[in-house]
Amino acid sequence: MTTVVTPLSSYRNERPYPFCPGCGHSAILDALNEALVRRRADPASVVIVSDIGCSGLSDEYFATSAFHGLHGRSITYATGMKLVRPDLDVIVIMGDGGAGIGGAHLINAARRNIGITLLVMNNLNFGMTGGQHSVTTPTGSFTASTPLGNLERPLDICGTVAVNGAGYVWRGTSFDNDLPDRIAAAMGSDGFALLDIWELCTAYFVRRNQFSRRAIASTLDTLGFATGMIQHRPDIPEYAAAYRAAAAANPPPSAPQPITPTYRASLDRPFTLLLAGAAGGRVRSAGRLLATAAIMSGLYAAQSDDYPVTVRSGHSVTTLSLSPQPVVPAGDEPDAVLLLSQEGAGKLAPLLESLKTPALVLRLPGSATVPTPAKVIILEPPEKPRLSKADRALAGAAAALEILGLFPRQALISAVEAAGRGREQLEIVALGAAMGAAAKA
Amino acid sequence: MVPSDTNPVRRELIDGSTAIVRGALDAGCDFFAGYPITPASGILGMMIRQLPAAGGVAVQGEDEIASIGMCIGAVSAGARAMTATSGPGMSLYSENIGLAVMSEIPLVIVDVQRLGPATGGPTATAQGDTQFVRWGTPGGYPIIALAPASIPDCYHLTARAFEMAERFRCPVFVVADKELGLTLNTVDIGDLKPGAVPPRPSPGSPGPPYLFSPADQVPPLRTFGGGEVVRFTGSSHDERAFITKDPATIDALNRHLAAKIEDHVDVISIVDTDLDPEASTLIVSYGVVAGAVGLAVSRLRHQGRRVSSVVVKSLWPLPEAALTAAAAGVERIVVPELNLGQYRREIERLLPGVEIRGVNRIDGNLIAASEIVEAA
Repeated sequence: MTTVVTPLSSYRNERPYPFCPGCGHSAILDALNEALVRRRADPASVVIVSDIGCSGLSDEYFATSAFHGLHGRSITYATGMKLVRPDLDVIVIMGDGGAGIGGAHLINAARRNIGITLLVMNNLNFGMTGGQHSVTTPTGSFTASTPLGNLERPLDICGTVAVNGAGYVWRGTSFDNDLPDRIAAAMGSDGFALLDIWELCTAYFVRRNQFSRRAIASTLDTLGFATGMIQHRPDIPEYAAAYRAAAAANPPPSAPQPITPTYRASLDRPFTLLLAGAAGGRVRSAGRLLATAAIMSGLYAAQSDDYPVTVRSGHSVTTLSLSPQPVVPAGDEPDAVLLLSQEGAGKLAPLLESLKTPALVLRLPGSATVPTPAKVIILEPPEKPRLSKADRALAGAAAALEILGLFPRQALISAVEAAGRGREQLEIVALGAAMGAAAKA
Repeated sequence: MVPSDTNPVRRELIDGSTAIVRGALDAGCDFFAGYPITPASGILGMMIRQLPAAGGVAVQGEDEIASIGMCIGAVSAGARAMTATSGPGMSLYSENIGLAVMSEIPLVIVDVQRLGPATGGPTATAQGDTQFVRWGTPGGYPIIALAPASIPDCYHLTARAFEMAERFRCPVFVVADKELGLTLNTVDIGDLKPGAVPPRPSPGSPGPPYLFSPADQVPPLRTFGGGEVVRFTGSSHDERAFITKDPATIDALNRHLAAKIEDHVDVISIVDTDLDPEASTLIVSYGVVAGAVGLAVSRLRHQGRRVSSVVVKSLWPLPEAALTAAAAGVERIVVPELNLGQYRREIERLLPGVEIRGVNRIDGNLIAASEIVEAA
């Protein structure tokens, strides 16, 4: 989109600042205005994203675009804007409170090196809510919430973002004459630019701690916090640009392959089959092949999988619901259960005990006997070739199909072929079918 | 059923998450941010794989708060955005749901519900967030929530959610559950064909970002980068998005936030009705439970029972007119839910004097048709 840039002689609107006498906020906002003038910014394309607290009022004094959001979350809104419109000049203004509650966002913005400019109005306490301590309150300082002196060590915002990959990191004070230059330079840098600007809260912190401009300098010195330009790394890729480059290089996902019914199923009623095996035993995959084959046979199929959160250990139980009519999930009892391993049999033990007699249980050796009133058929795999753990599910599925006769075996063969499985898998199907035929006889 | 050679049936085996993703993409979704959580992670994964090819952006945030925050920021810069999570993530969305309400940001939020409070049962299904989505943020303002009952519903209602989010400039929830989200089912490809999704109207000549009068009307969304200065805010504000303490202005703002939804329940309402004018029993359901209700209605009618069924697709605001009409003349209403009666209390409030029975499961299993037959 082309926009006509109309730089302003001032980016302030007609509204006077509301801040307390001596508060550093006014000086910082004047410096921001000066930086915008120097950059001849397009007021519509400059978005001031303000946080919460006295600093959160900042956007109201500018003739630019603005977003006033929630406490600590301003970085997240700014990140979304920049990802969608990398051409915007996105400036986040937050206090030390926002840097604390939004600490995770601060670190992650640095880690991503997202191209936004963040001004931290750091007055070492929460001004708007009565002067409570924040993450940057120096140790020993008195605030409304640290009447005996702050026990916590202040967060080194600059050190934290610098070590995590921020492209531009600077620390100074609201009294610095070069503040407009620094803000303009930060806006001109590609990556995540942070300016930690120490200032006075005359309403609270100054009164309670006899704090002053000179005290800012001595506190920084005592803490060993670096000042001035702390990090400038134009070599680190900016995230929104890096995302676009990576996305452009990424091939589009392949289109889904529709299934066209080409076989006839003998099944004329809803039928539920459970496949119960071990995680990592390709139970879901075998279920998917059976479901696809059923759809190829003109049936409707639904598949629901149950496995532990650890994914590769424990049970894996797949429920297949097949029907000539569309399947609705409704928690009905299974008509047949295929037990592939001890893990699956163990998981289904309570169900197996209460199965009604018309149900059929097919059991491969290796799954222990579980008490059940249902009819049990033992499947005997051949001595050779030996059935591997990973092939038991598909062989069992083929055997079950042979015994239950729900739809043609050829449909399962077509499903295996359509899934791009090799000749080995087709051999497993043949082996399973033979195992089923033998058990049926 | 065997199709003819000339018009082959084309089917797919997909889950509800896939249908939600396709519904979003076909509705013009071009931004997604989310955080992994069972059972909603599939949506995140598919969006990350598919959105870049569609010209959009999909990212994983550092947490749920950042994810929905990025979505809100993206919308303010012109995107159509969606996020997806489950109950624990909904908790973390809470404050930003409020921001989307107050700043009038259109946004689609998918809640693939899982069982229980706290971590609960990540892989067990439930409808425990029915009231949580309605009242999930401070202030008590109305939201819109759609509840798919099938995989085609997941597709169409996600697209509708985008349409409603745009029209009403508000967050719209798609309230699914683990069973719908993760269970594969057979769909006819023809059932997932996109309807016409209107493009976002151009706001025209420059104007204020907000309008409170007439209270029920919604001004066009003006976004960053469109050439005009635009402001958004989550604080009580005037029509220019400046913070105000003027009671008359604040009253107009807050009444507008309610009226723009509550005065248009008729166009938001989506219900599937299967009514028998002589019915003595009405079954009211929503979400995945509707499947068992369909089976139960068939069985009851087979037994000669006179029953009606309403499947509510627009969960919030409550489709009062449709429910009241469907309940005319019935002696009892059965409300099966995978919670302890969260929607039943709405029916009790709406229809006092009618016997109302709940069928409730909170063990992670689905309600069986037989349980509904028994209660009816």
